[in-house]
Order: sequence, then structure tokens, then C-alpha cells
Amino acid sequence: MSVLLHQLAFEQRIFWRSREAAVFIFIFPLLLYSLLGSVYSDEIELDGELVPSGEVLLAGLYGYGAANTAFAGLAIILVTRREAGFLKRLRSTPLPPATYIAAVLGSTLVVFALQSAALLALGAFVFDAGMPENWLGFAGSVVLGAACFAGLGIGAASLIRSAEGVSAVVNVIVLPMAFLSGSFGPTRDYPAFLEAIGDVLPLTYFLDIVNGVYIGGDSLFADWAALAVVAAWGLVGLAVAVRRFSWMPRER
Amino acid sequence: MPDMPSAIVVRDLRKSYDGIEALRGVSFEVRAGEVFGLLGPNGAGKTTTVEILEGYRPRDGGDVSVLGHDPASPPRALRERIGVVLQHSDLNPLLTVGEVHRMFAGYYERPRNVDEVVALVGLAEKGDARVKTLSGGQKRRLDLGVALVGDPDLVFLDEPTTGFDPAARRSAWDLVRSLRSLGKTILLTTHYLDEAQQLADRVAVIRSGRIVSLGTPAELIGETRKAEIRFRRNGEVVVLETDEPTRVLHELTAEAVAAGAELEHLEVRRPSLEDVYLELVDDEPAAVEE
Repeated sequence: MSVLLHQLAFEQRIFWRSREAAVFIFIFPLLLYSLLGSVYSDEIELDGELVPSGEVLLAGLYGYGAANTAFAGLAIILVTRREAGFLKRLRSTPLPPATYIAAVLGSTLVVFALQSAALLALGAFVFDAGMPENWLGFAGSVVLGAACFAGLGIGAASLIRSAEGVSAVVNVIVLPMAFLSGSFGPTRDYPAFLEAIGDVLPLTYFLDIVNGVYIGGDSLFADWAALAVVAAWGLVGLAVAVRRFSWMPRER
Repeated sequence: MPDMPSAIVVRDLRKSYDGIEALRGVSFEVRAGEVFGLLGPNGAGKTTTVEILEGYRPRDGGDVSVLGHDPASPPRALRERIGVVLQHSDLNPLLTVGEVHRMFAGYYERPRNVDEVVALVGLAEKGDARVKTLSGGQKRRLDLGVALVGDPDLVFLDEPTTGFDPAARRSAWDLVRSLRSLGKTILLTTHYLDEAQQLADRVAVIRSGRIVSLGTPAELIGETRKAEIRFRRNGEVVVLETDEPTRVLHELTAEAVAAGAELEHLEVRRPSLEDVYLELVDDEPAAVEE
């Protein structure tokens, strides 16, 4: 346990010291919220109800933040460290691999939780967004989102071969996914084929859950189907990782 | 040296990659407290051997014992007692030298004092410098410091000075000597002959996945009975290699004396370790890329 906290503390130190990580992973969702919040005003129709735009966008960018932090951020960390030979080096120390992975995941969860709190604060002070009624459900959604996208992040890290390409690859996945899932505004007016793509993406279903919990005040478990899809995506990522994850750099 | 227990025992070690035999029955022992050099050209099987001993790669055959444990299923106790310097590894560029040492120290039950280790590897003045600001040589020192922070009994150094300038090389050698004087057992791989000669108590020469010679540097030279006789005839250098220098020299000089001629620049020399090494490794191409 103390080794886990030791490593978690170092992971946090490394994360916040990296300007790229702090800006692209932590600041970006807040920045996009500020921009989109200034463009959209009034109310947005969500499932037939009119909801303040500040809340719809908050939920959307919170979902984007989950994918950005847990999927993109984690994949970048793991691939660059693997290709640097750092993961290989760690394997010869007494640090148990599970403890290391737990520390990296824990650090990702801390970053995402802080980002969620910052989004809520920004929404409350600037964009007239309310606080969640169901705090427990909201906190649960933080863990759910981090877990699903972290599973996908480790899976992606297992498939991406080069440290040079990893940022580009994950962003080519995350940004279109966020767009198609409705992170940046409702997808109602999208062409049917784009909507169809959005209908299979994990972020779409995660946003359904977040909208339910944050805006509707529902229980985290209100939409079982959405929960099942989100969990299934996370497990697919994990299954890929179990089969393909490597501590050794890819050899040429 | 008195009989010491073996830190590493390797018997008939075999390993293939995609049907190509990288190791074809390698056997050697490393005694506790000695610096053992695994010397060979690139692709000879040095890194494969070391990575099996470090627990990174499974073996296909043979018996291996590292500090009494099988590295294929290393218990935590083994990882507590070994230190590893890989050929290529970049430690967290954003942490400082001191922080990286402290991070790794946290993985061990009885780590050494971090400041002492940082000083030992000559980075005391760089303790607060970020890793990304270090030079190549300083990064290798950092690798070594991190390998020592758990106070290991056995240290693996995989080509520790490849790419160093001569000055950096000398100071790295001094460092290895100081580790030896601390009583650490060191397994060193290198493709530099002078490095093996300078540092190793005993050397195994590996070529195409086989140990072709093993002994102290002096014994390796002694193994070959060949001598070289050189002289000049009509301005051209003549070199004779022979197992019987006495007889050949006698015949040569008798001939010259009979003809009333002088063997100019006459020289008889024993081969250097370099000659022995080149003879051992030269006549067969490497089996696999490392």
C-alpha cells in the first residue's frame, strides 16, 4: 500500500510537471467549455426537454475529458514509457507490475476528478450551470468514465507501436469521437450516417449516463443498457491489453 | 582468489528466435565478487544471455541460476538483490536526478542512502537537475545509480560505455572498479576488448551463440601457442605465424647466417589479447541481430 502511494505521488509529480500533459489533457476540456459556452447561449433541447446550454455543454465536455484524460493521456504515458525502455527497466525492480499499473490508473483518476471539479466550478461561476443533485451518482460516473476509457487506453497502448505517433493516433480517435458522440453540442442535426457511427461509440453512452445523473438527477444505474455498452467497451480494451500488452520496447 | 560460491551458473543455455539459434549451449559460472566480462561482436548473443539472466526473456533450454534463483520465475527476493543497467533506457525526463533515485529507492526493502548513491556515481552536483538536461554520459551514470539504489549484490551492465568518448569511458571504468571494491558481483557485456581487459577478472568470449574461450585475460592470451615472426626481405615485410617459433626461427637464422645475410627488423612477438580475440571471433559471421 505504501509503495502504491509512493508511486502515485511520483506519477502526480510527473504529470503536473509536463506542460504538454497539463495543457492538452487537463486544460483542453476547460478551454473548449469556455469557447463553446460563449457561443451557445439560452437553452438546448435534450431528449425533448429544454436544458440550460451551460449544463448540456458541461456534461458533454466532462465526457470528452474522460476520454481525453483516461484514454488519450494513459495511452500516451504507457507507449512513451514502454518505448523509452522505462517499463522494461521497472520490471527488474521489486515493484510489482500490478502496483505500478494501479498507481498509473490512480493518478489518471486523480487528474480526471480534479478536471471534473474544475468543470463544475467553471460552469457554476461563469455559465449558470447547476451543481449535480445526485453527488454520489456523479462521483460514481467519474470512476465509471475513468475505468471505461482507461481500459480502452491500455488496449490502444498495446496496439500503438511508436512513441512518435501515439499523440496523433489517440487524438485522431478522441476528437472525432467527441464530436460524433455529442460532446460539443447536440447531434440531432447530424447526417444519419454520422449519427449511426455515434450510436456505437462508448462516449455516446457515457454521455447518456452523465446527462441522466447530472441533469436529470437520476441514479447512476438508471440506464442499464448504456451502462452495459460502456462496460463492454472498457472490457474490450482490457481484453486487447491482456493479449497484447508488453513491457518491452518494440524491437526493430 | 579463494573458492567463492557462484553468483551465476549457466549450463547449456539455449535460445532461438523464429527458428534461428541465438544461443547454442552456453555455459559459464560467475563467482561472487568478481567482474565477469561477456565479450563478443554485435549479434553474438551477449544481450540475449544477459536478458535471460535478468528475467526478461524465457529460455528454450538449459539450466540457469542467479543468486540461487531461477530467473524465469524470479521471486521478489531476487529482484531485491540485482541491479540492472540496460543498453537503452530513458528514465523520466521531467524528474530530477535525486527524484529518480528516490522513486526507485521506494521499490526496495533496504535501499541505500540516495545522496550517497548520487555521489558515488559522480552526479552530486547534478542532484537537482532534470534528467532531460543531462548529457549522454551523465544519463548512463544515472542508470547506474538507479541500479545501485537497492544495494544489489549482483549488477548487470549491458555495454555500459558504448558511444562514450575516451574520457567518459575512463571514468566509467573507475566507477566499475569502485563497485568491485564494494564487493559487488558484476556481469559486464562489451564488444570492446580493452574494456574487458581493463575491468574483468575473467572473460568469456562469445561468438555465434557459443562460448569459444573462457579465462582470465592472461589465460586467453596464453591459450594460443602461436607466435609471429616478422622481418624484412628486400624491403618487404614478411610475417610468419607458427606454433613452433623455436624451430622456425632456428631454420631462418641458420639460412641467413649461411648466406651471410641479415634478417632486417627481426622480431618475434606473442599475440596480444586483441589478436586472440580477432582470431576467435573473425572467422564466422554473427548468427542473429541483437
